[in-house]
Amino acid sequence: MADPRRGDVGDQARELLTSADVTRTIARIAHQIIEKTAFGPGNTADLVLLGIPTRGAVLARRLAAAITEFTGAAPAVGSVDATLYRDDLRRGPARALEDTAVPEGGIDGKLVVLVDDVLMSGRTTRAALDALRDEGRPRAVQLAVLVDRGHRELPIRADYVGKNVPTSRSEKILVRLTETDDGDGVLIEKEPVEPTTEGDDA
Amino acid sequence: MKHLLSVADLDAATATGLLDTSSRLKETLLGREVRKLPTLRGRTVVTLFYEDSTRTRVSFEIAGKWMSADTINISAKGSSVSKGESLRDTALTVSAMGADCVIVRHPASGAAHRIAGWADKDAATTGTHTSIVNAGDGTHEHPTQALLDAATLRDELGAIAGRRIGIVGDVLHSRVARSNVLLLSTLGAEVVLIAPPTLLPTGVAEWPCRVSHHLDAELPALDAVMMLRVQAERMHGGFFPSAREYAIAYGLNENRLRLLPEGAPVLHPGPMVRGMEIAPAVADAPNAKVLAQVRNGVHVRMAVLYHLLAGAPE
Repeated sequence: MADPRRGDVGDQARELLTSADVTRTIARIAHQIIEKTAFGPGNTADLVLLGIPTRGAVLARRLAAAITEFTGAAPAVGSVDATLYRDDLRRGPARALEDTAVPEGGIDGKLVVLVDDVLMSGRTTRAALDALRDEGRPRAVQLAVLVDRGHRELPIRADYVGKNVPTSRSEKILVRLTETDDGDGVLIEKEPVEPTTEGDDA
Repeated sequence: MKHLLSVADLDAATATGLLDTSSRLKETLLGREVRKLPTLRGRTVVTLFYEDSTRTRVSFEIAGKWMSADTINISAKGSSVSKGESLRDTALTVSAMGADCVIVRHPASGAAHRIAGWADKDAATTGTHTSIVNAGDGTHEHPTQALLDAATLRDELGAIAGRRIGIVGDVLHSRVARSNVLLLSTLGAEVVLIAPPTLLPTGVAEWPCRVSHHLDAELPALDAVMMLRVQAERMHGGFFPSAREYAIAYGLNENRLRLLPEGAPVLHPGPMVRGMEIAPAVADAPNAKVLAQVRNGVHVRMAVLYHLLAGAPE
């Protein structure tokens, strides 16, 4: 599966968020979700955090843990795989499917917060929205992302953003989380420098 | 993956990938009111059946429909086949009409391979891509049955590698047995064929499995047992003295069920002949996973269609 976020870290990689930054950012988003949704011990029925695998699902679980720590109440958390709803399936070999786990109680009438690691074109988010429509009818859907790197191709924006990063299309954003990688952090990898031919005045 | 003709073409990684996709699809659709995925919208899947079948054809049709493909069924009865059209002409006609996938069942071993060869040759000149799926060819293979059996065994046993699986009965006429021996051994299981000598094919010694004629001796050491239907319609001679004698020697009755380890799953590809290879009480026992196999059949066939049709053509 060609996933630019999973490439090896080359020499050109620069650290955008350290491990401590990632922890702080997740805590901040958790606080924002609590503030915006009025989630707390008296109001637990409404909120469902759904991560988009792989790393979005990890982030959703981390956010849920942080919200539990701050409020003493645990929000429902799960994952929704958007692969079957993607619009680019025909552009490559068949992709492996990821875990879909909608918490008991479903999403009908709930406030769903979709969680992903990187927001770029918005196409994955659109696919996830389509997947949600087949799961049920939420009262509202919000979007939380760790990194918004721009280059939107659809009218989609995030409600909670960990960090806005202006990037060029050829750069890679590498999100690393302990559960899936070795340690936390966000790296940006510059485009590989092509060996230039001398005298090329193009 | 361009076609699915034989499980011999699947390596362990590909087969495991198909089983993983199948269980993901199952969990995705679990508890949903609308069991419809948009993934194969605009694709056309044709089932072309030259032999009677209910479960396989309906299972493929449901699988296609749940993935939003348009599914069309052709049976040899009532088509141009009864006017004398050849297999090649029928298959290429269906392909020329724009079928993205043709699912074939035919009484001749190797029929699906032949069709795939013709389709590829046609594709080279016309640029069309038609995937062929073997849904049973004579006594040769039935890959999706083996995949759904493997999916069921994985659900029940947690894993397939290292488990000992017994396949009991009419191996000679069974494409299910051949596909299962190949797939289960690819996935690392130890397979034991248990049958009377008359119901074993020549060349079985070359298969990646052990052969036994004594059911009672094997049962206590099996992790799961798969009963095969006695295919009376393919038998034109005395393969065993009588149905009663067969049932006594190789039928799974309640006493034999007790020889199996506690809770060991019993599989049967169906249709079951109760009283012959499986006693009615065993067919209805909690060990019997026949309906779980049928349920997995839909998801496995969805997975096959997904892997053949969802990605870019090869």
